[in-house]
Amino acid sequence: MFPLHESGMVSGLVCGVLFGFVLENAGFGSPSKLTGQFRLTDWSVFKVMFTAIVLAAVGLWGMRVVGLMAPDTLFVPQALVMASAVGGALIGAGFAIGGYCPGTSMVGMSSGRLDALVFVVGLFIGTTAFAGFYGDAIRSMMAIGEMIDGDTFADVYGIADPIMLGIMAACLVGIFYLGSWFERRGPGPVTAEQAVAGAE
Amino acid sequence: MKAQFPDGKRVVKPFWSPLAAGIALGLVLMLSFVLSGHGLGASGAVTHVVAGAGLAMAPEATLANPYLKPMVSEGNPIGSWITWEVLGMIIGAAIAAFMAGRFRVQLDGERSLGSGRRLIQALLGGTLAGFGARVAGGCTSGLGLSGAAVFSISAFVFLGVFFAAGLLVSRFVKGV
Repeated sequence: MFPLHESGMVSGLVCGVLFGFVLENAGFGSPSKLTGQFRLTDWSVFKVMFTAIVLAAVGLWGMRVVGLMAPDTLFVPQALVMASAVGGALIGAGFAIGGYCPGTSMVGMSSGRLDALVFVVGLFIGTTAFAGFYGDAIRSMMAIGEMIDGDTFADVYGIADPIMLGIMAACLVGIFYLGSWFERRGPGPVTAEQAVAGAE
Repeated sequence: MKAQFPDGKRVVKPFWSPLAAGIALGLVLMLSFVLSGHGLGASGAVTHVVAGAGLAMAPEATLANPYLKPMVSEGNPIGSWITWEVLGMIIGAAIAAFMAGRFRVQLDGERSLGSGRRLIQALLGGTLAGFGARVAGGCTSGLGLSGAAVFSISAFVFLGVFFAAGLLVSRFVKGV
């Protein structure tokens, strides 16, 4: 019965090496490719992310249905609507300004990008600043919109998991169609040669 | 599909198609859940390094800090799953970049923004993202990607606002 609850060094390194390998091959070390998502010229970020989300969601759900995965054992982030929204806005703004998000800045650094290294330095500053400011004001802001019935759409809104999977699969198809339409109208996705040459 | 780089020696392999990369990422994400019971992440490692370095260098201040104290109360968190995972991520990405001829030391965005402005924007963006990841309790990987795969409400709120903010800010601030 899964999960194995292997939270040691080997499990971390194996997952991490594969994660970094895939992200670099997707082109996610390049800030011009990544921010193309916000300019609507390169939809690779959403295409890759939503393909992965739908595949993993279907796979994990299927494993649970056939009894391979123990129910209610996988970690689900707490449903904190305000904290997720404020944090999402700050990360989206930081991404547009700095060219990366936390994970992709590690990938950018590994492909030789000094700007990604500087972004990582910023991550440390931002994290330290948060710890410094953390107190009642931040805590009460983060608690706004906390869902008391649970953390998933099934818990709070009664939307059964297969229906969620259907909605997410429809969104995935929509993202590929819409994204490819935008990409055809513009300069097209950033190629590996353009990424290696650097943003123009 | 291989292209010669201007220096004549470099052979740059193309990126994987988004569908192929997405399938591979989905399988890695599933593996992470099957092995550990949780998804992939990134920003948590930075938090654990801050807490661990704080404990080593300024133990009183770290133990007095209400955010860091719970992380260091059971010892130094630097050897946690997420720090190993991010170390692996750095190694895996470097392997991929070297194998594909895509490793190049550069200040990306220097040509479009100028080196001074590029460095300031990278630092500011990283600071905002680092702070935001602590507010949200995760980043694009740990909350958006991993949470969405288990139908988390927070994950979809995060992804929606993240995209809206990115779209809006990139209208007003020239990025790379």
